[in-house]
Amino acid sequence: MSNVYLQDFQRGLIREIPIFRLLLGMCPVLAVTTYLTNGIGMGLAATAVLICSNLVISALRNYFPAQVRIPCFIVVIATFVTMVDMMMEAFVPALYERLGIFIPLIVVNCIILGRAEAFAGKRPVLRSLVDGLGNGLGFIVALIVLALVRETIGAGTILGPDPETAIRLFGDNYQPMLIFALPPGAFIALGLLLGMVNYIYKRLNIK
Amino acid sequence: MENLLPIIFIYILVDNFVLQQFLGICPFIGVSRKMETATGMGMAVVFVMAMATVATWSLYTYVLVPFNLQYLEIVAFILVIAALVQLVETFLRKISPTLYQGLGIYLPLITTNCAVLAVALLAVRQEFTLLESTVFAVAAAVGFSLALLIMAGIRERLELAAVPKMLQGSAITLITAGILSLAFMGFKGMMTL
Repeated sequence: MSNVYLQDFQRGLIREIPIFRLLLGMCPVLAVTTYLTNGIGMGLAATAVLICSNLVISALRNYFPAQVRIPCFIVVIATFVTMVDMMMEAFVPALYERLGIFIPLIVVNCIILGRAEAFAGKRPVLRSLVDGLGNGLGFIVALIVLALVRETIGAGTILGPDPETAIRLFGDNYQPMLIFALPPGAFIALGLLLGMVNYIYKRLNIK
Repeated sequence: MENLLPIIFIYILVDNFVLQQFLGICPFIGVSRKMETATGMGMAVVFVMAMATVATWSLYTYVLVPFNLQYLEIVAFILVIAALVQLVETFLRKISPTLYQGLGIYLPLITTNCAVLAVALLAVRQEFTLLESTVFAVAAAVGFSLALLIMAGIRERLELAAVPKMLQGSAITLITAGILSLAFMGFKGMMTL
């Protein structure tokens, strides 16, 4: 029995990790990973929405008429996004400011609607919860990896840009390689990371 | 009025939605394999974006603001967009079945194309008038289609190139997008609103 849950969990985290394997939900990943703090904030916000919407959708799955299930899913997701949006505005205004339009855009993150349609809409509550956790964690991992690369090279810090938490890695004489903080660097860094992930998965024989 | 030309220029070239602001990456990677589907997707997006922005702008100004319901904007906007996409899909299935086949799964996915929702939200947040919003939406969609078409052209040639095995597929597409984005950065700072 527990085997099923373990499988659900590791599917989203390893075998079908949304960013690296399925290439879903790329916009926020590219946009907010200039700093690690932004990446983690975005990841947590999206994971919160994913888990809550998975829970509610799988609990109500028998009440949604099949033809209009997608609009129903979207309303559930949009409601949770509105809640997360307001809470972040109230409790972490600086982060909210930096993430900008990408918080409301969690609504259209393909991962969340994808999980609702492919998993939570058909399966029991507990399995959907585990699935949401796995996929959310997979999303956070991808954000952290990309943000670490980009912030280290592009700004020379970790946990910036707030000077109180920022750790300067290379001392004061380091000239950051600005291109990695700018849009082209995001695309190139993610492209190379993807190549690396492909290589690792091939060597380890994970299908 | 004097804002219109700058809006067109800025959102097609300077702040290109795909290459500078990371909006609409999924369809950009997904449908840029062939010129034909890229053209179809581009046209569908121009159409949906313009209609969606007019609808959401009116909804916001004449319903949400008077009743003090601004906090419902996310829910209301996404519903309007979803309904519109359904309409375009039905329309296209009747008018051009070949195009409908080509776009396949990506047409319903326009609903989750973040560029469409982003245009609707940004138009309201930047306090554009209705005319400015419409022009903004069309310009943003044309910028999206431009990036998509350039990418499709490059990818058709990439098919013939010897790409390292690990980078084949999406990885090389992203790296190419990076170089394209670098080229578009040449417009940076030319114009602001």
